[in-house]
Amino acid sequence: MSWEAVIGLEIHVQLATDSKIFSGASTAYGAAPNAQACNVDLGLPGVLPVLNERAVEMAVRFGLAIGAQINRHSIFDRKNYFYADLPKGYQISQFETPIVGEGSITITPATGKPRTVGITRAHLEEDAGKSIHDLFPGQTAVDLNRTGTPLLEVVSEPDMRTAQEASAYFRQMHTLVRYIGICDGNLAEGSMRCDANVSVRPLGQEAFGERTEIKNINSFRFVEQAIEHEIARQIDVLESGGRIERETRLYDPDRDETRSMRSKELSNDYRYFPDPDLMPLTISDDFIERIRLTLPELPEARCARYVEELGLSVGDANAISSDIERAVYFDAAVTAQASAKQCANWIMGELSAYQKKHDVSLAECPVTPILLAQLIARIDDGTLSSKTAKTLFDALWEAGADADVDELIKTLNLAQMSDDGALTEIIDDLIAANPKQFDELRGGKDKMLGFFVGQVMKATQGKANPQQVNEIIRAKL
Amino acid sequence: MIEFSSLRDMSAGLANRDFSSVELTQDHLTRIQTADSDINSFVTVNPELALAQAARADQRRAAGDQQPTVGLPFAHKDIFCTDGVLTTAGSKMLSKFIAPYDATVVAKMAEAGMVSIGKTNMDEFAMGSSNETSFFGPVSNPWDFDCVPGGSSGGSAAAVAAGLVAGATGTDTGGSIRQPAALCGITGLKPTYGRISRYGMIAFASSLDQAGPMARDAEDAALMLSVMAGFDPKDSTSAQRDDSWLAELVVNGIPELDRPLTIGLPEEYFRAGEHMGALEAAKAELQRLGHVFKSLSLPHTESAIPVYYVLASAEASTNLSRYDGVRYGHRCDNPQSLQDLYERSREEGFGQEVKRRILTGTYTLSVGYFDAYYVKAQKIRRLIAQDFDKAFAEVDLVLAPTAPTPAFKKNQLTDDPVAMYQQDLFTVPTSLAGLPAMSIPCGFSQGLPMGMQLIAPAFREDLPLMLAAQFQRLTDWHKRRPGEAS
Repeated sequence: MSWEAVIGLEIHVQLATDSKIFSGASTAYGAAPNAQACNVDLGLPGVLPVLNERAVEMAVRFGLAIGAQINRHSIFDRKNYFYADLPKGYQISQFETPIVGEGSITITPATGKPRTVGITRAHLEEDAGKSIHDLFPGQTAVDLNRTGTPLLEVVSEPDMRTAQEASAYFRQMHTLVRYIGICDGNLAEGSMRCDANVSVRPLGQEAFGERTEIKNINSFRFVEQAIEHEIARQIDVLESGGRIERETRLYDPDRDETRSMRSKELSNDYRYFPDPDLMPLTISDDFIERIRLTLPELPEARCARYVEELGLSVGDANAISSDIERAVYFDAAVTAQASAKQCANWIMGELSAYQKKHDVSLAECPVTPILLAQLIARIDDGTLSSKTAKTLFDALWEAGADADVDELIKTLNLAQMSDDGALTEIIDDLIAANPKQFDELRGGKDKMLGFFVGQVMKATQGKANPQQVNEIIRAKL
Repeated sequence: MIEFSSLRDMSAGLANRDFSSVELTQDHLTRIQTADSDINSFVTVNPELALAQAARADQRRAAGDQQPTVGLPFAHKDIFCTDGVLTTAGSKMLSKFIAPYDATVVAKMAEAGMVSIGKTNMDEFAMGSSNETSFFGPVSNPWDFDCVPGGSSGGSAAAVAAGLVAGATGTDTGGSIRQPAALCGITGLKPTYGRISRYGMIAFASSLDQAGPMARDAEDAALMLSVMAGFDPKDSTSAQRDDSWLAELVVNGIPELDRPLTIGLPEEYFRAGEHMGALEAAKAELQRLGHVFKSLSLPHTESAIPVYYVLASAEASTNLSRYDGVRYGHRCDNPQSLQDLYERSREEGFGQEVKRRILTGTYTLSVGYFDAYYVKAQKIRRLIAQDFDKAFAEVDLVLAPTAPTPAFKKNQLTDDPVAMYQQDLFTVPTSLAGLPAMSIPCGFSQGLPMGMQLIAPAFREDLPLMLAAQFQRLTDWHKRRPGEAS
């Protein structure tokens, strides 16, 4: 029998606010345990939550970016359960009325066609603290620094059919939230965590199979592995006549397996109800419009523009538009009259390699978009060959943003030889020195043309214009 | 020297240099020491902190600070977090809890130069109408030591009634300021929900809890109200309002009523009863002052008690989840597991009434019961509020009894929680509607004080204050002291 998987993801996006969602404590990562837990985070008697407006702005930004309904009226609820790292005994979340309603996002899996994944909702909530079980033997340590960190929980529709699609969705979400500046996207620090709901059904069947939830996956690789594994496990169970239990499973990347955490039947009744300490959240049209104005051009729109208006290939357009820094750099260079295609090549080639080598962000690169545009212009007008252009790029990197491109070309003597006379002289010498090869070329062995061009380039230290060299040699025939 | 003086009188004495705040404070401390052993109205008395605050107040006065509140001793209900001071909420759970911060109300009164003498006894987590659920023992009613003072702000009411302090803070969720004020023969005001910050006030039921003043008369209550009130950015439910009359109360006192009021008499509150005599006499007095009465109906009154106990318990059940033995508060010995830690810490730390409400609230919020209880109660709550809206379209104020009976004997109702809940019959509807309501002494029944309740539209505390001040200029019920009843 052929099986089809049905996958939906819940992604917790940690919002990049300076302070917590309901208190003034800092959200900076890596402080000493409990150093960033204030009275409110500790759940002391008498404390009250006050909503951080920045978190609301970021949620609205996200909603606008996925074309979702922004609910003008939403409610914070208490989700009640006891745990040592949950100081109040409840988590403030949004249950029935989330801030962001239905939207969608387009994904492009590594293999397969682009597709639209529906987003059911996104809601604001506070993070819990951290329980650390392996620090003190026989005891659990609790660090409440993370308590109250703002999260946006983004719930997708069960629209994905393969682990690759799920991973592409997670990546796309990662791109988007960094793009619109609401999350630092640092997976290692837990800035994005994902739970996957997975079920399988016979291909062609409409009804969903029973699903399991895989908790707390925090890398692109693990998303794919964990889901891949879970799909295989479920198919195994079903094919051997078993039944899938509705349960929560944990992915163990070391053993590449998922393990049962708890079954849903035994799960908590969270006793959700509206938190009486917080007023219903009301958002005005004005507030939404103000945020809309600050949204950058989004990856999808940008990608389409690069293809349609600038003539980039879909691959290049995707690669550049998916990274906001890259896109901003690219746009700046193109605005400075660089040819789009060349610009894309340079950004993904030399620039990216240098960036990696020197471990700097694009914004910190000494070769500014304007310098790159000037460099490309000198290639276009024939002053530079691709080889000398690379030499110049290296020099520009050393010289920094104040460098003068033409000055450097002169100083380093990088301009292509376009003097017909000088080139003819060199070519004549080469023909005299290599009569046998010249005869072969004349006899129709075109490969020999490459030999002569190569020799000319060698003699001119790469400064000859290969096109011109070609023409001169052909004329000699 | 100053026993049973009002805050206003003491303020005049301080301004006049008749005595210093240190002397005044010492006098209070001495009286508490001698008189409170019979009453048990204080959980904590802080002589050193109080005298230090008094000394600073004297310096402020010497430096020319003429704020009337500077140097006035008073007490806080032990539900307000006080930095560095034991804050128990009347519970074993917090019997050793030293708060690490000041509630907004505490900070405001300290800024106004007022001297906090100590913390008053109360029903555990403000759950009770007799002050008998306190871990620190019951409080005696100064009018009859065998009787309860009412609750939950029973310690504050008794301390004021016994002349230990002239004013004390209280909190009112379903009547916890007004009912003990009535039972102890003092003046208590529950302001509009949102008028006073709840930050640092240990939560019972967040959508109902409201702090307020308890004092000898309306003038003193107004003085305290103006210090306590105001928007607080730390409390999202506190109201952002600009009521200039509130600030002026401190300086000018309560203004004169400039017109006769139309006062509504809800028929549901005036069923004939053996204790209605005092209220009838007070009505006659108000009529002589030119006020006009109008009968009206608040038809959803009878649903108020069940609605209140559903909603208040629901909120309480989760507000009290934080007392889990993990970070502060009572922790059981040798917990064997996290579950064991929770179960035994909470089993040992909470009293019976608190557990009853946690269980009730947990039940009403559970899947399958939520709609039938919580959602339905919220709907009826709106109907109760609408009853008042309609009433205030026709009248300025509503007059009602505060409590159905005068103070009752200790242990009389402890085994019958439902009968105990009936004590809140006349106070709960206004709490559900979020309205301001005041209880003032209006006479006696069986030798015990009776209270009259004045209910006003939202944010119109000025109306009951003006009417109460007028009534108190012509009557002396509020000046009676225990031992000299009728």
